[in-house]
Amino acid sequence: MNATAVSGEVVIRPGRSWLHFDWRSLYRYRDLLREMVTRDFTARYKQTVLGPAWFVINPLITTAIFIVVFGKVVGVPTDGIHPALFYLAGLLPWTYFSQVLAGTSNTLHGNLHLFAKVYFPRLIVPISVLCSNLIPVLIQSVSLGVIYVFIAWGDPTVTSRPTLWLLAFPLLILHTAVLALGVGLVLSAISAKYKDFSHLSGYLVQMWMFASPIIYPFSRIPEKWQWAAAINPMTSIIEAFRAMALGAPGVSVAHYAGSVALSIVLCVVGVLLFQKVTRTFVDYA
Amino acid sequence: MALPIIQVRGISKRYELGQVGMSSFREELSRLFSADKDRAPKREFWALRDVGFDVAPGSIVGIIGHNGAGKSTLLKILSRITEPTAGEITLRGRIASLLEVGTGFHPELSGRENIFLNGTILGMTRAEVARKFDEIVAFAEVEQFIDTPVKRYSSGMYVRLAFAVAAHLEPEILIIDEVLAVGDVGFQRKCLGKMQEVSEHDGRTILFVSHNMNAVERLCNRCIALKAGRVVADGTNVAEIVRTSLGGGVQSCSWTNTRDEWPNEWFRPDRMTVLEPGTRSVATTAFDNTAAIRVVIEGEVLREHPGLQVGIGLYNSGGELLFWSTVRDAAESAWQHLPRGRVRLECTVPARFLNEGAYRADLFLGLYHKLWICEPGVSAPSVSFEIQGGLSDSPFWVERRPGALGPVLPWSITV
Repeated sequence: MNATAVSGEVVIRPGRSWLHFDWRSLYRYRDLLREMVTRDFTARYKQTVLGPAWFVINPLITTAIFIVVFGKVVGVPTDGIHPALFYLAGLLPWTYFSQVLAGTSNTLHGNLHLFAKVYFPRLIVPISVLCSNLIPVLIQSVSLGVIYVFIAWGDPTVTSRPTLWLLAFPLLILHTAVLALGVGLVLSAISAKYKDFSHLSGYLVQMWMFASPIIYPFSRIPEKWQWAAAINPMTSIIEAFRAMALGAPGVSVAHYAGSVALSIVLCVVGVLLFQKVTRTFVDYA
Repeated sequence: MALPIIQVRGISKRYELGQVGMSSFREELSRLFSADKDRAPKREFWALRDVGFDVAPGSIVGIIGHNGAGKSTLLKILSRITEPTAGEITLRGRIASLLEVGTGFHPELSGRENIFLNGTILGMTRAEVARKFDEIVAFAEVEQFIDTPVKRYSSGMYVRLAFAVAAHLEPEILIIDEVLAVGDVGFQRKCLGKMQEVSEHDGRTILFVSHNMNAVERLCNRCIALKAGRVVADGTNVAEIVRTSLGGGVQSCSWTNTRDEWPNEWFRPDRMTVLEPGTRSVATTAFDNTAAIRVVIEGEVLREHPGLQVGIGLYNSGGELLFWSTVRDAAESAWQHLPRGRVRLECTVPARFLNEGAYRADLFLGLYHKLWICEPGVSAPSVSFEIQGGLSDSPFWVERRPGALGPVLPWSITV
């Protein structure tokens, strides 16, 4: 008898190289990615009255708090930009970053029940987090546009204008996604082994937020600390978005390129670490 | 001869016991800096040891064994949930495993949405799920509720829907664990039928792990028995393997301690036998349920101890414990002394108490709350016997009833 038609051969053996990565099966499970994104989105808002409107309401409330606390009480300047626009523009990339980070850093423990029972490429889960959080970004971008028009119309002193660079916004979001995925996967892999870290990641996000120019402009950072802010890849992302959308000064090209490079490195490290840990994670979780 | 669709070679799996893995960061650091790294060896446990077999396309293979024999670990490795410590497996075909019914079901989503989600988790494409959608819904009998969130489903509906999705997978290799233990009897029958159909008509290969020995015997054309992580039996004589390998290895109604096993300073077990009433020698392994069954333990008390406890643990053919019974079960005032020297202990299991089927009695021997010498189900000599017929005189009770026991109990009717 001739050899039967065989659709792909899978070999299971221990201890593959760190660099082993199964792109093919990731592609084969692309429909699962789509289903997971739908699930994340529908499940999150199925029982709420306002539904996706929360995507708009949340940053508005945060902005209002920032205006009162940092603008009026503390008196942090906003580079001559209308405070509401300044905070909203800072929060938009930050919210995406922190949501993705929070979602991906819990990938392993949060999906143990799934991972212990069925095989599929584990990376599908964090990637689905990246994708499902794009929907709020879209809604928030539109609402930021509406608020911009509203404010600029009513107040002629507002001189901030969007630039042509705004067309590069999708690339900026991609950059944010790469960075958040990288950091999230590293955290996920570490907290798989040391559960203590899952408690720490909440504080990490909080500290990271204050270390990023969301409530203050990059230009307000004292000269001798600017190098520290420059290491933070989120600084470039937030400043670049303000530059695109509101014509703020932004950061230098070299500075931004550094942020891209660091994000890519973190992402590669995160993916490799994550792949390594998932191979036997269910044994000790 | 076609290539085997599953080729398993020398698979071993080691687990490290204790706090490994979930150790705190501090422990890891101190281990890193401590000089005597090699001291305090990790306690390890081999869940699988050098397991190997080939499976030809189109066969239904049952994998049986007691709890802890390594069945689940084997399935986890085959379904790529975890990696083996050593060895290699080649799978020639698309594989889908069903270790649990309804993996990834989301309570807030409707039945329809969950079918797509679950189907793609199990490895189908959206197009495949869409093509099978109507069939799945019909099989699960949930047409009316397909747009209701599954959290409002009854547990029966939930299980039916979940199994229906899995049953309509189209992999070349299907791995199934215990899922038939859920759902009502009618639905279980339907599932078994579906599996048989899938294998016979479509030539799929099925690996089936179950405690339901009836299902294994009915469905499988080959059986692999695992014991303590190793393959102890493998062949097409399914019924025979089921019977012999679940009896704990000792397939006899008598056990004699010829190799001086279970050495200890308190009690030396010599012999264990199952007897029909009135006989002194071993006659048969099959008993009629109309007479009581006597389990006899002979041995020597080497050192007296007030906590010395001797008894049996009785198991059914599926390896489930039915009960423990020991000489120290009554009030303390009624206890008989166990003096130094040779003793013979006899336990009577009443007539018409057990059900039809095979049973195994493990020796229970230890010092109360202090020490196990022979622990039933873990490490103990055992004897096996079978009950055939004589269940009841009632015309309404002619075949084996469901349930672990089949006692005829007194009933009174008040009018």
